[in-house]
Amino acid sequence: MVIDCKHVWGYISEYIDGSLSEETRRMVQNHLDHCELCSAVLDSTRNIIILTADERVFELPAGFSERLHARLDEELRPPSTSP
Amino acid sequence: MQPPPTRQSETEIITAILAGETQLYHELIRPHERTVYMMALSFMKNEAEAEDVAQEAFLKAFRALSTFRLESQFSTWLISITLNEARSRLRKQSNVRIQSLDEDPDEDRPISPALLRDWREIPSEALERMEVRTILQQAVSALPEIYRQVFLLRDVEELNVSETAEALQISVPAVKVRLHRARLMLQKQLTPLLKATQPAQKRRWIPWS
Repeated sequence: MVIDCKHVWGYISEYIDGSLSEETRRMVQNHLDHCELCSAVLDSTRNIIILTADERVFELPAGFSERLHARLDEELRPPSTSP
Repeated sequence: MQPPPTRQSETEIITAILAGETQLYHELIRPHERTVYMMALSFMKNEAEAEDVAQEAFLKAFRALSTFRLESQFSTWLISITLNEARSRLRKQSNVRIQSLDEDPDEDRPISPALLRDWREIPSEALERMEVRTILQQAVSALPEIYRQVFLLRDVEELNVSETAEALQISVPAVKVRLHRARLMLQKQLTPLLKATQPAQKRRWIPWS
């Protein structure tokens, strides 16, 4: 079965995740092999996923861990046993 | 991303904490700090508030640790606590952004991607430019809430589909649909912007197989 570009766009995300059925995957693959536009859509979507997964994009604020563990310390400290 | 500790060792640590070795809680949560913060940030949109929500979530998780069921996953349990904390915080604020958490007005309308043939720059090179990082952060924070949450958990924190569904208390098909829409929204918005930031001389092509 031949599918058009719009149908292929609907499968892009699951195609990237490898969660399409074998039959659908093959159909999409056939289209991608011959359609420069759709393979560019696939590549750019995949690039954006790679970019946003990079740790340099979403970083913890400076000092986050230190402040968190300091606050937890107050909670975790066993009740004081001073005389 | 730091590899999460094995389930076995996490279970052992939790058991030890409950038996009185409370200091081990520091160790238990270290691998989850970023995920919890990102989840909080997906709601609060403001770093200081997100940090506060994250701290509160870790404190609440500690206090509720005895209710944690050892057969479930600690990370998803933490995420639900964070979500509840963020939601109740938003409800308390008088100027709550009125945006439904579960609805997308355009849910049924398909999204058309940006059709540009020549942005195939190598991602790691693009990220050396601060400008690119800022563009990415802004685009993700501008996503509608239900898409932002799924996207952050799946593609930024790299949880799998069922962990994401469990954390957000939505179905697996809903995760897939929202993720698909989030990715295409970002593709549509970011591809032209990222292509424009690409230095002309350094244009390179990725050979995706």
